[in-house]
Amino acid sequence: MPLVAVRGVSRIFANGVQALGGATLDIEAGEFLSVLGPSGCGKSTLLRLIAGLASPTAGTIEWSKGEWPGGKPDLGFVFQEPTLMPWATALANVALPLKLHGVARSEREARAAEALDHVGLKGFERTWPRELSGGMKMRVSIARALVTGPKLLLMDEPFAALDEITRHRLNADLLALWERSRITVVFVTHSVFESVFLSQRIAVMAARPGRIVSELKIAAPYPRTEAFRTSADYAAHCRLVSTHLSEAMAAA
Amino acid sequence: MSARIVAPAVMGLLMLVLWEGVVRLADIPPYVLPGPLVVARTLIADWGMLAPALVVTLTITLEALAAAVVVGGMLAILFSLSRWLELSLFPYAIILQVTPIVAIAPLIITWANNVDLSLLICAWLVAFFPILSNTILGLRSVDHNLLALFELYGAGRWKTLIHLRLPAALPYFLGGLRISGGLALIGAVVAEFVAGTGGSASGLAYRILEAGYQLRIPRMFAALVLISAAGIAIYLLLSLLSYLLLRRWHESAIEAES
Repeated sequence: MPLVAVRGVSRIFANGVQALGGATLDIEAGEFLSVLGPSGCGKSTLLRLIAGLASPTAGTIEWSKGEWPGGKPDLGFVFQEPTLMPWATALANVALPLKLHGVARSEREARAAEALDHVGLKGFERTWPRELSGGMKMRVSIARALVTGPKLLLMDEPFAALDEITRHRLNADLLALWERSRITVVFVTHSVFESVFLSQRIAVMAARPGRIVSELKIAAPYPRTEAFRTSADYAAHCRLVSTHLSEAMAAA
Repeated sequence: MSARIVAPAVMGLLMLVLWEGVVRLADIPPYVLPGPLVVARTLIADWGMLAPALVVTLTITLEALAAAVVVGGMLAILFSLSRWLELSLFPYAIILQVTPIVAIAPLIITWANNVDLSLLICAWLVAFFPILSNTILGLRSVDHNLLALFELYGAGRWKTLIHLRLPAALPYFLGGLRISGGLALIGAVVAEFVAGTGGSASGLAYRILEAGYQLRIPRMFAALVLISAAGIAIYLLLSLLSYLLLRRWHESAIEAES
């Protein structure tokens, strides 16, 4: 049984637009999975359905009973924008999920400080979001998603708005975090290069209606470093994934 | 800082000199247009009568503003919690807002049967709408992703209101408060004019009416100066409050770094 089983899920918006049409996808525990597709193919909608922020019009999303016996699945969500509360410090932003769960102040501040440390922001606890760079804000956002210690991390094109240098650094740091914690990651992106660098597996989506058209394994070993980015192996994988993406776009 | 204070100060001084000059050169009698020096002398001479009137007007203004904050803020929160309540009540709030206070003040004075209370109601009616409409706008202008995040962590309406909607609405509320501060003063003055009498004690509007009947035009101007000064002071105090509450995070309170 996969961690999450998405079975023939469709989603039709109130205005009649069909965002998803029969998407099927297994998410295995501990894997790094990317969902790759052109903009408007329903990737974000799929992620929101998995998070439970919307319900499918048809199809089912099943959660592994072994991992989440009966309870509400715990997961972290990272949006495309950092989505921080401007009136709260970095520490208070990261502590928010714990606060909403009723964790005592001293404990939540200790855990939030630890989460900030894990994303490389030790010493920035009392900083306000406006004083942070785009990359640092995204780190705070990731720390907030991880502070509850979830089994599943959903990321919706989190680095799309960042410059290339910052994106590469965050890619590397995200991989290091994943290798340390082996949390399950579902990473939505429209970048072939980013998905190949990060993932064990890539699900390629086609648009209108949104569906998964192919799944590819990226067999390259971890840890993946900057050397991997310039290797022939990486280039070959990128070419293969690009071909699949072009086919998916032609099929749409 | 310096230009912000020096520029209007110099301009004000120039206008006063021009005013004094015109009054002297054209030999305008003080019962038509008193010069600023005469007005200043009257202000000092009549201070014993004008100061208590200022206190009366300011008291009504601040009471009305406090009532506007409580009622406007509460209604905004209720509206944000219940769409039906908003749909059914908001149009009436607009009707109250667009009805000229001068037209309904006599009714209010008759019904309230207490001058102090009716002055307070009039000033409140004028002042509460900007707070209501701004706070509603603020409570609604919440980042949709943040709302999704609160939903994800199982926060109910109240937690979302307290930890997300209220802080997000604060800058809008403070903007409304600054408008309402001035309107409360105008409401208090207009209501006293219509009532044609002070309540238990006379306010500045009544002193202006009285000075008009007695053709003591310099005293009228002195009272006017006090009303303007009170309005400016209220605006500056509310701006300071806004700055203190927002300086850490809101763009409006942050000086651009070059």
